Amino acid sequence: MSYVIDYLPLILRGMLLTVEVALLSLFISVVLGMIGALAKLSRSRLAQSVAGIYTTVIRGMPDLVLMTLIFFGGQILVNNIGEKLGLEYFDVSPFVAGVLTIGFIFGAYMTESFRGGILAVSTGEIEAGYAFGMTPIQVFLRITFPAMVRHALPGFGNNWLVLTKTTALVSVIGLQDMVYNAGLAGGSTRKPFTFYCVVAFLFLIITGVSDVGVRWMDRRYSVGVRKA
Amino acid sequence: MDFQVIIDNLPLYFQGLWVTILLVVTSLILGLCLALPIALLATLKNRWVSIVPKAYIYFFRGTPLLVQMFMIYHGMGQFEAVHESFLWVIFKQAYACALLAFALNTAAYTAEILRGTMEQTAFGEIEAAKACGMSNAMIYRRIILPSTFRRALPAYGNEVIFMLHGSALAGVITIVDLFGAAKIVNARNFVPFESFITAGLFYLGLTFLIVWGFKRVERHWHAYLHPREG
Repeated sequence: MSYVIDYLPLILRGMLLTVEVALLSLFISVVLGMIGALAKLSRSRLAQSVAGIYTTVIRGMPDLVLMTLIFFGGQILVNNIGEKLGLEYFDVSPFVAGVLTIGFIFGAYMTESFRGGILAVSTGEIEAGYAFGMTPIQVFLRITFPAMVRHALPGFGNNWLVLTKTTALVSVIGLQDMVYNAGLAGGSTRKPFTFYCVVAFLFLIITGVSDVGVRWMDRRYSVGVRKA
Repeated sequence: MDFQVIIDNLPLYFQGLWVTILLVVTSLILGLCLALPIALLATLKNRWVSIVPKAYIYFFRGTPLLVQMFMIYHGMGQFEAVHESFLWVIFKQAYACALLAFALNTAAYTAEILRGTMEQTAFGEIEAAKACGMSNAMIYRRIILPSTFRRALPAYGNEVIFMLHGSALAGVITIVDLFGAAKIVNARNFVPFESFITAGLFYLGLTFLIVWGFKRVERHWHAYLHPREG
């Protein structure tokens, strides 16, 4: 098993990248999800339909297709725009493409979870906020958001677990995450099964740790709720 | 945008569409056949027995499908025993490897759906069956399983869509499914937008078809849940 130890630093470096990609795209997806949920619940027809198309199209296509589309297509798009503006050639790195795509995809899933969470907040509390003379932004920050977290948390946790597993796809567009590095290590030692097992085990560690984290958040945000 | 290229390559896309449908349907059937015994074992009270199916479910749900597919496609060649046995005929084909990975993966997700639904069967129903003098096997056959299959339908519909989207991974290991077809068209003509958007639209159409199909099936099997008309 000494060859596993030899290549472990390489794989762990890949794991660090995997976690980086996952956390950055989680941030993007939460921001997009919040905007999407507010758009879906807004009174503007335009905002509703844009958000509706966004969630339907994204959730109807495989993430791999979207990722290759953004990676290969985004490169052309950026250069076409750059050419018109007279800028120099700009290389879309797989890292940027990966993070943007995963964030963009999971923004659609987050939209649905957050929308459900906001709908679950009792209207009486929101009305009370307005009755106190709070502005819509204050109502959102002080009442709707803190109260929706509890309801959105199960969906959020699920999305995060699926997101971490989706990061494995960035290896397909050439990003050196742990799946990619396991392929390298497996190729040079001719022991691919062993190295993919190691990667599977590391993924189980990530999901296990996240599970504990989500449970902790759930406890914290349900402090004010009576349980039988 | 140059859609002439796409029109010229439509036969390739339809060929890919057929491969995708075949892959998804076969792996779903295989997965469902595996999922039922796994779910039944996982609901057993005996902890030493139920730990095996639970570990299976945990592993396949906790790791990416891509890694599972690579373990089978790239990994199996590592073992001399596999290399020399008749199994190598299976493991050297990309298609068989993808199918096996998809079937094992969807079996785990489906088993978890079935297990969750089975455990939520109303206790009164089982009690009533016992009071009627049914044996354990009969309770499963007549009460638990029919109601489980009905109540699991919505979640299973989601799993079918997941499997469809997951099947795009087959294109990574040289299979010419919808995604593989898009990859070929892009590589030959360098039209990333047109080629991948076309594949995406095909997938979108399939997704809508699945959603519509499940709605129809649910309307039939959940008829007793609807409010009475007229």
